[in-house]
Amino acid sequence: MKEFTPAPDSASIVSVTDRVKPVALGMGVTSVYFLGDRAAFVGGEENVAFVDGQGEVTKVAVHGGGILSAASDGKRIVMGGDDGKVVALDARGEVTLLATDPKRRWIDAVALQADGGAFAWSAGKVATVKSGKAEEKSLEVPSTVGGLAFAPKGLRLAIAHYNGATLWFPNMEGSAEFLPWAGSHHAVTFSPDNKFLVTAMHEPALHGWRLADNRHMRMTGYPGRVRSMSWSAGGKGLATSGADTVIIWPFGSKDGPMGKEPAMLAPLQARVAVVACHPKNDILAAGYSDGTVLMVRLEDGAEILVRRNGTPPVAAIGWNAKGTLLAFADENGDGGLLEL
Amino acid sequence: MSEATASKIPVTVLTGYLGAGKTTLLNRILSENHGKKYAVIVNEFGEIGIDNDLIIGADEEVFEMNNGCICCTVRGDLVRIMDGLMKRKGKFDAIIVETTGLADPAPVAQTFFVDEDVQKNARLDAVVTVADAKWLSDRLKDAPEAKNQIAFADVIVLNKTDLVNKGELAEVEARIRGINPYAKLHRTERCSVALADVLDRGAFDLDRILDIEPDFLEAGDDHDHDHDHHHHHGHDHHHHDHGHGLKHYHDEDMQSLSLKTDKPLDPNVFMPWLQNLVQVEGGKILRSKGILAFHDDDDRYVFQGVHMMLEGDHQRKWKEGEKRESRLVFIGRELPEKAIREGFESCIVS
Repeated sequence: MKEFTPAPDSASIVSVTDRVKPVALGMGVTSVYFLGDRAAFVGGEENVAFVDGQGEVTKVAVHGGGILSAASDGKRIVMGGDDGKVVALDARGEVTLLATDPKRRWIDAVALQADGGAFAWSAGKVATVKSGKAEEKSLEVPSTVGGLAFAPKGLRLAIAHYNGATLWFPNMEGSAEFLPWAGSHHAVTFSPDNKFLVTAMHEPALHGWRLADNRHMRMTGYPGRVRSMSWSAGGKGLATSGADTVIIWPFGSKDGPMGKEPAMLAPLQARVAVVACHPKNDILAAGYSDGTVLMVRLEDGAEILVRRNGTPPVAAIGWNAKGTLLAFADENGDGGLLEL
Repeated sequence: MSEATASKIPVTVLTGYLGAGKTTLLNRILSENHGKKYAVIVNEFGEIGIDNDLIIGADEEVFEMNNGCICCTVRGDLVRIMDGLMKRKGKFDAIIVETTGLADPAPVAQTFFVDEDVQKNARLDAVVTVADAKWLSDRLKDAPEAKNQIAFADVIVLNKTDLVNKGELAEVEARIRGINPYAKLHRTERCSVALADVLDRGAFDLDRILDIEPDFLEAGDDHDHDHDHHHHHGHDHHHHDHGHGLKHYHDEDMQSLSLKTDKPLDPNVFMPWLQNLVQVEGGKILRSKGILAFHDDDDRYVFQGVHMMLEGDHQRKWKEGEKRESRLVFIGRELPEKAIREGFESCIVS
């Protein structure tokens, strides 16, 4: 803790570290979501750990191996594992097997429709969607799927892969539309207004397409790969990891970030590892490679210290739907819960 | 080996032309009683059956990096698999990547140079190439992939030596040496090679770039051993002088180039020259290594490279009485020998 040296101009940084309820999970963690009033920390392998308001930890076995991907709609978490299974975990802690890859291939990516309950997963080059009682629908793309995302409206899936992304209406035969851009595309996300698609690339850059005319948007300048993206409340900005400040690209106008500079907030002498925007207010939480967690006001960059540095990188960070609870954990599973 | 290096998971790349015996070697590695767990990245399931280890199927998916480096291709599937494996750190001790028989080892090696996350967690240990003693000579004529694999290798397991006679063996070895005199060569039947000879070689570890001398001398030691071993099979004693009678082949398009000087180099000339050389000729240069003595510098400088990618560092102080000699090795296709030699000469402090 003694290593913490606040930047000279923020010597009086507000700290809420004493209000954080510490959490020790004793397992590697990769992401966190809220199910009901409990935080659910997704482990690197086998388990999800629920943590309630009293800080009590309950572990639930979900996979027989590594957990490679996870997504949540606030009601359940859908996960894919290296055991070839797609499972769902609900707020009561019940695990449902949703699908098994016939060849037991790794389930590299999963996605969950925000409302409607459809889910999707990928193994190798094949993405599969299951919506309600309808039959599973699969689409093979030219190379391994890097990421999946549902559009905010309608049953439409974005599939990131090498040299671009594919947009697909699973219920419309022959509807796959290829958006080319050279390179390897990993995570993918739609803007909440459904106007833009953004991918995080293998190289330290984002790529975006304006969906009305497929115009390209290159978002570069990162020192490291972008692994975490989060839309601000209302979708006016896309906050990202990968640099030593939180980089927020403006998406408020019809041109998105084209020809504009991103906002750069909360600089530290460490890399931003994970970001999570508050669901209602213009605030975000960021976790850094040195273990620091900050809350940052988007308007003026004012910072509040939630966790001091001096630990492994922060691996997971997330808000509950109301925005009253913040949960985070580092790679070793040490973290905390903060009630606002 | 530095502490940071030691904590990284070693990755062995296993290559070899179709039918050379990669799977045999892999099974041998996995079934030996070594108390270690391996994560094995293979192209086809089913041929190996060891329950203890983590077997991962991969599609060799090569993509170009958009970093302006034309030959900079990486294995995207490896990036993804390494990401997944790192969630299970502690469940295995080492990683073996088996490539298909027709694969170029460069994208695999380059993945470990360019991907920040992969580099943080894993280190390339060595490229091990299994070659078929009976058919390699033919493949070197008609299969550029086979030649690439030999040129790229740190360790060559020359397998199926029981299927060739002495003359044929000498012939194939000479052809290998014509391309890559630096790899450690082991003659085997059914890939029976000591695990220590193929695993944990540290071939890409800058701290262990010590012996960039050709492997002939040690091959001689090997031979004595083989010779004793096979005595009762009626081997004659003329093996001793194979070093003198060894055939020399000059491969038409793939060769190695070795440069040496005992005069100090000017780092301000050498570094830009080397950078420029790999930028311009990196497509042709498969591997490069060097130990350098710079003017007014008491430290040895070492570097190594794969195509256009270089990494280098000050290694240690030159020892008392140690000959301050600079040595460079390039293995590649149609190397512009004259230009390289002249360029190197120009780096010498006069």
